[in-house]
Amino acid sequence: MIPQNFEYSSPRSLEAALDQLAGGPDGSADGSTKILAGGMSLIPLMKLRLAAPERLVDLRRVPGLNYIREESGVLHIGAMTTHYEVESSALVRAKCPLLAEAAANIGDVQVRNVGTIGGSVAHADPAADYPASLLALEASVTLVSKAGERTMSVEDFLVDTMTTALEPGEIVREVTVPLEKSGAGTAYAKMVQPASGFAIVGVAARIGEGFARIGVTGLASKAYRARNVEALLEGGADAATAAAVIAEGVDANSDLHASADYRRHVATVYAARAIRQAISRKY
Amino acid sequence: MSTTISVTEKLVGKSVRRREDPRLITGTATYVDDLKLPGMHHACILRSPHAAAKIRSIDISAAQSHPGVVAVFTGPDVAGVGPVPCGASLPGLRVPHHAILATGRVYYVGHAVAVVVATDRYVAADALDLIEVDYEPTAAVADPEKALEPGAPAVHPEWPDNVSFTYHQEGGEPEKAFAEAEVVVKQRITSQRLVPMPMETRGCVAEYHAAEKSLTLWSSTQIPHLLRTLVGQMLGLIENRVRVITPEVGGGFGCKLNVYAEEALTSFVAMKIGKPVKWIESRRENFLCTIHGRGHVDYYEIAAKRDGTVLGLRLKLIQDLGAYQQLLTPAIPTLSVLMMPGLYKFRNISADIVGVFTNCVPTDAYRGAGRPEATHGVERMMDLLAVELKMDPAEIRLKNFIGNDEFPYATATGLSYDSGDYAAPLKKALDLVNYRELREDQRKAREQGRLMGIGISTYGELCAFGPSPATPAGGWESATVKIDPSGKVTVLTGASPHGQGEETTFAQIAADELGVPIDDVIVLHGDTAIVQYGIGTFGSRGTAVGGAALYFALKDLRAKIKKFGEMMLESDDVTFSGGVCTCNKTGNTVSLAQIAGMSYRAMRLPVNEEPGMQATRFWEPPNFAFPFGAHIAVTEIDRETGHVAVSRYVAVDDCGNIINPLLVAGQVHGGVAQGLGQSLWEQAVYDDTGQLITGELMDYAVPKATMMPWIETAHTTTPSPVNPLGVKGVGEAGTIGCSPAVVNSVVDALSPPGVRHIDMPMTPEKVWKVLEGARA
Ligand SMILES: Cc1cc2nc3c(=O)[nH]c(=O)nc-3n(C[C@H](O)[C@H](O)[C@H](O)COP(=O)(O)OP(=O)(O)OC[C@H]3O[C@@H](n4cnc5c(N)ncnc54)[C@H](O)[C@@H]3O)c2cc1C
Repeated sequence: MIPQNFEYSSPRSLEAALDQLAGGPDGSADGSTKILAGGMSLIPLMKLRLAAPERLVDLRRVPGLNYIREESGVLHIGAMTTHYEVESSALVRAKCPLLAEAAANIGDVQVRNVGTIGGSVAHADPAADYPASLLALEASVTLVSKAGERTMSVEDFLVDTMTTALEPGEIVREVTVPLEKSGAGTAYAKMVQPASGFAIVGVAARIGEGFARIGVTGLASKAYRARNVEALLEGGADAATAAAVIAEGVDANSDLHASADYRRHVATVYAARAIRQAISRKY
Repeated sequence: MSTTISVTEKLVGKSVRRREDPRLITGTATYVDDLKLPGMHHACILRSPHAAAKIRSIDISAAQSHPGVVAVFTGPDVAGVGPVPCGASLPGLRVPHHAILATGRVYYVGHAVAVVVATDRYVAADALDLIEVDYEPTAAVADPEKALEPGAPAVHPEWPDNVSFTYHQEGGEPEKAFAEAEVVVKQRITSQRLVPMPMETRGCVAEYHAAEKSLTLWSSTQIPHLLRTLVGQMLGLIENRVRVITPEVGGGFGCKLNVYAEEALTSFVAMKIGKPVKWIESRRENFLCTIHGRGHVDYYEIAAKRDGTVLGLRLKLIQDLGAYQQLLTPAIPTLSVLMMPGLYKFRNISADIVGVFTNCVPTDAYRGAGRPEATHGVERMMDLLAVELKMDPAEIRLKNFIGNDEFPYATATGLSYDSGDYAAPLKKALDLVNYRELREDQRKAREQGRLMGIGISTYGELCAFGPSPATPAGGWESATVKIDPSGKVTVLTGASPHGQGEETTFAQIAADELGVPIDDVIVLHGDTAIVQYGIGTFGSRGTAVGGAALYFALKDLRAKIKKFGEMMLESDDVTFSGGVCTCNKTGNTVSLAQIAGMSYRAMRLPVNEEPGMQATRFWEPPNFAFPFGAHIAVTEIDRETGHVAVSRYVAVDDCGNIINPLLVAGQVHGGVAQGLGQSLWEQAVYDDTGQLITGELMDYAVPKATMMPWIETAHTTTPSPVNPLGVKGVGEAGTIGCSPAVVNSVVDALSPPGVRHIDMPMTPEKVWKVLEGARA
């Protein structure tokens, strides 16, 4: 990799990381400093010189950002937790299998060993796998800066293609998922783009007694909740009928791997598959 | 000729593990980029972002004054360097002057415009951003058929029709055959542009010794000796003062069977600055500037009788050449024409090639080079004919194969097929898949509404390049065998293997012939100062030609060893076997080490023998070798999405005698992987403005391990009479046999709704659209 010049630091505490992030001339964050997590999205951009941050603050040595634990019915996942750790966690598999399924669908083993959940949500790639499931799970992110912490829903956090509500100087500290009380069934169905491994479309379904949550990735400029599908399912529609509306009114992405029309079509197919599988997994 | 491989020793035929692998898998192998020379500088190349543009001016001043930058060169600076050579010739061929840096104009995205040399690669890359080029973009054309339309932008203004050459070949009486045919089937078939994608990109290091006027060039190439000759000519250097070394080469697949601008440019720069210079191609550059493969649009017509007997084949072949002729660019489609009859008795053939310039990187040899395209064409046409005549695809093939008693078989395209039993691999493959039952399964699947397909391809391949008159650069290969005074054996092969495993197979051959343990043999290659002149590894020729040269060198040494044995044992009844000479009367023995020692000490010599124990042979093959085989792919298509799953893949190849089954399986697996890549995923796509939109691995889908089906391999063995080892070559077989099997399978799956043809790559969207179209 031959990127442009940059400074690199590897702080040993969250405070130091936040200080360095807010390292602009006036002590405020100026956007030319970037966080480095797994580097699985940032480094490829730097390699192509599409991203040229002046400073990188590496979070890998910051303690206390890599954990998976349950606290009073909520699953807490530290931002630096790798996809592999989520995929293989007994706790996640037992209590929140949809997230483990999403993690297992990301890229390949090498990427999963290094890429992090915080990096994935912060990067907000419109074809990333996690967001669909996090939306269906009604997850939240906790952001921390020198000014303090704030928590917001993943839905509010994801603003647009590679754009989030993250303010300069803020770090994604953790992702939280309220755990299921009832026996909802969940499933993630993904059509893989054969070169990148990302989703052409990915649909996460979470279906319980009287409710349905559907998260969609790959189809539009950002991952979103398909509330029209949810409403039909909640009104008793069958999987195919509900799935059929998933792309209605959506400005679908179009590229070499899938035109907008085809993407819309496969979104309905994968939605139906995810919904059927989720229903079959209800307990 | 018969093989005389000794019966008592048996490494040949065994799955000996690759001796190359320990250094490769422990990361201790040395690639070009691992080289570090004292005082070494680094070159980075500025490349055109436009497919077609005039260069109004280039301002290099800011780059020149950037700290760490030593020099910047542009087109006019390198005007004295000869053009990038095209080694192929055809009547009337238009060869544009291919300067090593663009001068005045750029012709494709990635065209080299300037080179920066700096103390490190990062500085050099930064300085590229400081060069200001004032381009005046002009209209570009990237599609070969569009390039042929009247009024299309001219790639080279001096040739407004964009035609580099036309070529006609005919055999028999095609007009008559088509006039008399009871059935004629036509189809347009494409073979898309592909990126060869070696794991190691290209790269070179050049070091000039001014006092001796000598150049050492390390390059990741398949052809060190040819590179030495040609790069020396480009630079005006004396040939014996150029040394080319290929360290470990991380894959070539044909794309390193070439002489590239950068090899001369890096050398030029090293000569200018008087320091060693390294240039390493980035992956992005590899996409943009290393040759692509395929790039065919083919219009086929097949003539037949209603009973399925084929009569004739007609082809109009449009070859996308790109903007320049690289080393073998125009020759590649002529190989397609030679192989277009496949394994069948086509007595009447007509082919017209038009080689078309486009504003794209040149095409050239990529695994199979012309023959996958031909096989894809004829095998699709056989299936289309079978569908037309409602015949089984296996039956129509069996009906038209050249018979076992017809070899050597003179084809209508002027080749002489060496040996074959073309029905054997097909029958074996049909048995392996249990063809009748499989068709029954398919019938049931169809009743359930599933789209299951069975695809057969039978291929013939022209390889083991080849007799010298039929090749651009000489088709022989060389080998030297040296036995040290201690009896240890060194093989020097002119075939420059780069992953194929000849360090193993050649050691097997030498160990068997000399009766020594394999560990007593080392195989060296890829350094023109160490190895006698050689041609290189490509066209499945390494073992069939280089191995044969080795065989003859070993044969010479065996004779010499025996003479020494007779002298030392004082007997004329001596056998050399198992590494010792034995007197058949007394049972006395002398070992190879004793004999070798004696040959150098030379206290006594056999009559008419020289001291030393070394032999060199240059072997000229009398013909190509023609492997063949049958591949069967079973596919299942997701009706809702068009996704193709290969549920079964059987490859039965006949590559003659097998030196090492493990390596042959590896070659077949790798070849099939690339064939599946072309069939299902890979495509180098240029948009209408000539931008490569699949210029990253995030968009260009190379098959990954997880995407591969289980590959079942089997063999039939029909030795080649062309060489003493009876081998035919297997490096490209997998690629050649694969794509028609997969496409035939998918078309078979989609045949109930009436689909006739589909082009590669068969992406889900394309399959789905074809299916929608057929349903409508
Ligand atoms: C070959 C390949 C295949 C892939 N396939 C898939 C796939 O199939 N599905 C998929 O979803 N993803 C895929 N990815 C992307 C992968 O999941 C990345 O790991 C993820 O998108 C980014 O995580 P990271 O930890 O690597 O972040 P980085 O690359 O380090 O950072 C990404 C961005 O997020 C910012 N950032 C990182 N962490 C934080 C934080 N804690 N707080 C604030 N900002 C932060 C960085 O500054 C940067 O802008 C693939 C990547 C590769 C290289």
